[in-house]
Amino acid sequence: MDSSPTILIGGAAGQGLLTVGQLLSRVLVRSGFHIVVTQDYMSRIRGGHNTFSIRMSSAPIVAPRETVNILIAFDGESVRKHLSHMTNDGIIVMADNVQAETGNHTCLRIPVATLGKPAMFNIMAAAIVATLLDLDDGLVDKTMREELPDSFDEAAAALQAAFSWARNTGVSRPSLRPAGVSAPRMMVNGNEALALGAIAGGLRFAAFYPMTPGTSVMLTLLAHADRMGLVVEQAEDEIAAVTMAIGASFTGAPSLVSTSGGGFALMGEGVSLAGMTETPLVVIIAQRPGPATGLPTRTEQADLEFVLHAGHGEFPRAILAPGSPEQCFELAAHALDLAERTQGPVLILTDQFLADSYRDVAPFRAETITPVYPLELTPHDEGVYARYALTDTGISPRALPGSGKKLVVADSDEHTEDGHITEDLTIRTKMVEKRLRKMELLRNECIRPAFIGADNPDLLFVCWGSVLGAVTEAAEELSAQGIKAASLHFSQVWPLVAESFLPLLERSGAVVVVEGNATGQFARLLRRECGFMAQVRINRYDGLPITPEFILRQLAEKELIS
Amino acid sequence: MVSEEEFGRYETAWCPGCGNFSILKAMKKALVMSGLAPYEVLFVSGIGQAAKAPHYLNAHVFNGLHGRALPVATGAKLANPRLAVIAESGDGCTYGEGGNHFLAAIRRNINVTLIVHDNQVYGLTKGQASPTSEEGFVTKAQPHGVLSAPFNPLAVAVTMRAGFVARGFSGAVEELATLISLAIAHPGFALVDVLQPCVSFNKVNTFSWYRKRCATLPPDYDPTDWEAALHTALEWGEKIPTGVLYRNDRPSFESRFPVLDKGPLTNVRVDRESYGEIIAAMT
Ligand SMILES: Cc1ncc(C[n+]2csc(CCOP(=O)(O)OP(=O)(O)O)c2C)c(N)n1
Ligand code: SF4
Ligand SMILES: [Mg+2]
Repeated sequence: MDSSPTILIGGAAGQGLLTVGQLLSRVLVRSGFHIVVTQDYMSRIRGGHNTFSIRMSSAPIVAPRETVNILIAFDGESVRKHLSHMTNDGIIVMADNVQAETGNHTCLRIPVATLGKPAMFNIMAAAIVATLLDLDDGLVDKTMREELPDSFDEAAAALQAAFSWARNTGVSRPSLRPAGVSAPRMMVNGNEALALGAIAGGLRFAAFYPMTPGTSVMLTLLAHADRMGLVVEQAEDEIAAVTMAIGASFTGAPSLVSTSGGGFALMGEGVSLAGMTETPLVVIIAQRPGPATGLPTRTEQADLEFVLHAGHGEFPRAILAPGSPEQCFELAAHALDLAERTQGPVLILTDQFLADSYRDVAPFRAETITPVYPLELTPHDEGVYARYALTDTGISPRALPGSGKKLVVADSDEHTEDGHITEDLTIRTKMVEKRLRKMELLRNECIRPAFIGADNPDLLFVCWGSVLGAVTEAAEELSAQGIKAASLHFSQVWPLVAESFLPLLERSGAVVVVEGNATGQFARLLRRECGFMAQVRINRYDGLPITPEFILRQLAEKELIS
Repeated sequence: MVSEEEFGRYETAWCPGCGNFSILKAMKKALVMSGLAPYEVLFVSGIGQAAKAPHYLNAHVFNGLHGRALPVATGAKLANPRLAVIAESGDGCTYGEGGNHFLAAIRRNINVTLIVHDNQVYGLTKGQASPTSEEGFVTKAQPHGVLSAPFNPLAVAVTMRAGFVARGFSGAVEELATLISLAIAHPGFALVDVLQPCVSFNKVNTFSWYRKRCATLPPDYDPTDWEAALHTALEWGEKIPTGVLYRNDRPSFESRFPVLDKGPLTNVRVDRESYGEIIAAMT
C-alpha cells in the first residue's frame, strides 16, 4: 500500500460519518501519523452523499489526494461513486447488508447485526480500519471514550466486537509505521485554529450571523468563551454583527466577526465604517462558491476582488490569506494586532476546504503570541482630545471612552480632528490623506510571500491561501521527476509589496498562477499592482479543493509537462 | 455635582423652530438629573437630523451609520457595561433602516437607552415618508399619499415586553427630561419615543397639533400592567398619551455574562494557563 494512504468515509448526512472521521483522525494523530482531512458535504442535514477523507502518512504531508486506499462505505452509493478512485490494492469496508458491485477489491463486509446495533456501523468501521492499520486498540477505546462520552457504553461493546471480528478476518495489513514523533501533536482544522489564534492574540468580543463555512470559528470561540473571558454574540444579521464588533472595539475590546461571502456582502458598510471611524476590526471570510447562495458547503477562492474592494470610499486595509492551520493561528493573532495598530479593518480570507481540514500540528502555545492591548496613547488629562489628530504616520493617538476623562468623539461623517462632523473641504482633503498615510505602515508590516524550492526555477507556481499544500506537493513531485519547480505562496494578498517578490518572478521560467476561481483574480491583481503578467493560469471552480493531481493534470493538458 | 453647562453649547445644523432643540435641552437636563458626568456617557447615533444631536453636547460620541446605532451601542455596552450608553436617532433610522436591530435590542434587553426623535418624516433627505408617517401623508416621494400603515413603535415594544417604554413630547421639556432620566436609570433596554415636530417637512404633525392631543398619563396609571399598557400603546388620535407606558424588571442582557462583572473587556488578560489546558485537551 501507498506510504500515504487515503481513507475515504462516504455516506449520507446523518449517518455518523463525522464521528468515525474525527475518531480515526484523532487516533491517527495520537499514534504519530500526519494527517490531511478533506470534508465534502452537501447542504442538507439528512441524506445526500458526503465524504470525510483522511490522508495519512508517517512523513509530513500538506495536501489532499484523489486516490482512495481504504473506503468506508455507509451505503452502496459511496462504493459506486468512489470505486474508480480506488487503488488496485484498495480495501472496501462496508456493512454486509449493503448492495454494491465492488470489482476486484478486497471487501470487508461487516456482519453488523451480529456485532451490535446497525446504527453502530460507524464505530465498527473505525475498529476495523484501526485494526487494518495496526493501531492500538486501547488508544481507540480511550479516544472514543473522550469523543463520545454520552453513548460510550453502547459504542464500546460494538467496538470490542468489531475488534475481534477484524482480527479473525486475516486481511493483509499495510505496513505503515508512524513517524515516531515523540512530542504530542494536536488535531485542529483551519477554523478552530483561527479561533485559537484570536484568543491567544487577545480577542475579547466576537459577533456573527451563522453562515457556512464561517460559523465554526465562532462555535470554537463560544466553546471557550466563558473560560477565557470573551463575549460572543449571535447577532440578528451580518450588519448587526459587524457594527456590534465596531462598537465593542471602539470601547476597547479587540473584536472579530466571521462569515462567508454572502454575509460579507452585508458587512460592506461596516468595513467602510471601520475605515472612516478608524476603528480596529477583524473580519474572517471563509469563502464558498458564489454568486449568491452558490454551493453553500463547497470551496472556492472567488471573493478576493470582492473583499479587496468591499466598502465604499477609499481607506487602507490589509487582507491575509493563511495556507494552513498553523498560519490560521498565527495570522488571526497578527490580524488583531495589525487592526489595532493601524486602527482599521483587517480581513482574513480562507475557504471551506481549509476551514474544515483537520491537520496535526505542534500544539499552539499562547506564550508565542503577544496579545494586543488596545492602545491608550494619550494621558487622560482634561481638555479636548483629538481622536483624529493629524500626524505624520496618519495614526492618531487612541483613547478609549470610559477609561478616563477625555471625551472620545468618532464620526462616520467626514470630521474634524476632534471627531465632529464637518463639511470644511480643506479638512476633508487632509483627512483623506491622513487615512491613506496608514498604508505606509501596512506596507512595512506586509508579510512577504514564502518561496519554497530551489532558486531560479524553470517552473514557479504562484498561489495564495489554502492552495499552499497542493502547490507544495505538486512542485515536489515535479522536482522528483527532474523538473526544476518551486512555489511562491502569498499569505498576505493586500497590500502587495512588489519589491519583495517581483525579482523572484522575473528570475523564474514559466510562472503558473494556481487559484480556486474561474477568472484568475490573483493573477489579475499581480498584473495590476506589479505589472507582472503570468504566462499560465490553473483555475478550479467546481467547488472542490485543488489537489496536486489536479495541478499536474492541468500542466499536462497545457503541455507544460508530458 | 454636574451642571447643564458642563454638557456644553454648540452651534447646530437644525432649522430654526425645530423640535430637536428642546429634545437636546431635555437630554442635558436628564443627564444632570442622572448625576452623570460627560465622560461617563457614550452617545451612539445613526444618520439623520436627529442623529446629529450627540455632536451638540459633551460626552463620548460614536456617530455611525444610518440605521446602525443600536448594534454599535450593544457592542459598546457589552465591551464596557460601566458606560451609560444612549442610542439616539430618528424614526427613519431606528424603525426603518434599523428595524431588525430595534426588535433584537428589545429581545436582548440590553441596558441601552434609546431616544428616538420621531418627526414622522425623513428630515435630512428632505421630506420623504418615514415608517411612522400616517397613511395618506403626501410628500414628493409619496405623491398619492403614504399607502402603508404606520408603524407603532410603542405597541411593538410593549407587545415584546421591552424593559421600559415611554413616550415624550418635545414641547414638554420638563416631562421629557424626567422620562429620559428614568430611561437612563432603568437597568435594561429603555425606549423613549419623542414626538418631535419637523417645521420644514411635516406640516401635519405640528407643535399645535401635538399640544392639542398630548396628555400625560394619570398618576394612578400602573406601567407594570402589561395588558393595560398594550391598550395605552394603541391610543393615537384625539388623545396621545405621554409618560411611562410600560416597564418590567427583566434582567439586563449584559448581566448574564459573568465576565462582565469584572468591568470593561479591555482589562481582561489572556489566561495562558487555561489556554494551555484547552490545547492539551486537543492533543
Ligand atoms: C445606508 C443609507 N441609506 C440612506 C441614507 C440617506 N439618509 C440619511 S438620513 C435619512 C433619513 C433620516 O430620517 P430619520 O432617521 O427619521 O431622521 P431625521 O432626519 O428625520 O431626523 C436617509 C434616508 C444614508 N445616509 N445611508
Ligand atoms: S428638517 Fe425638520 S427635523 Fe430636520 S432640522 Fe429641520 S425642522 Fe428639524
Ligand atoms: Mg425623522
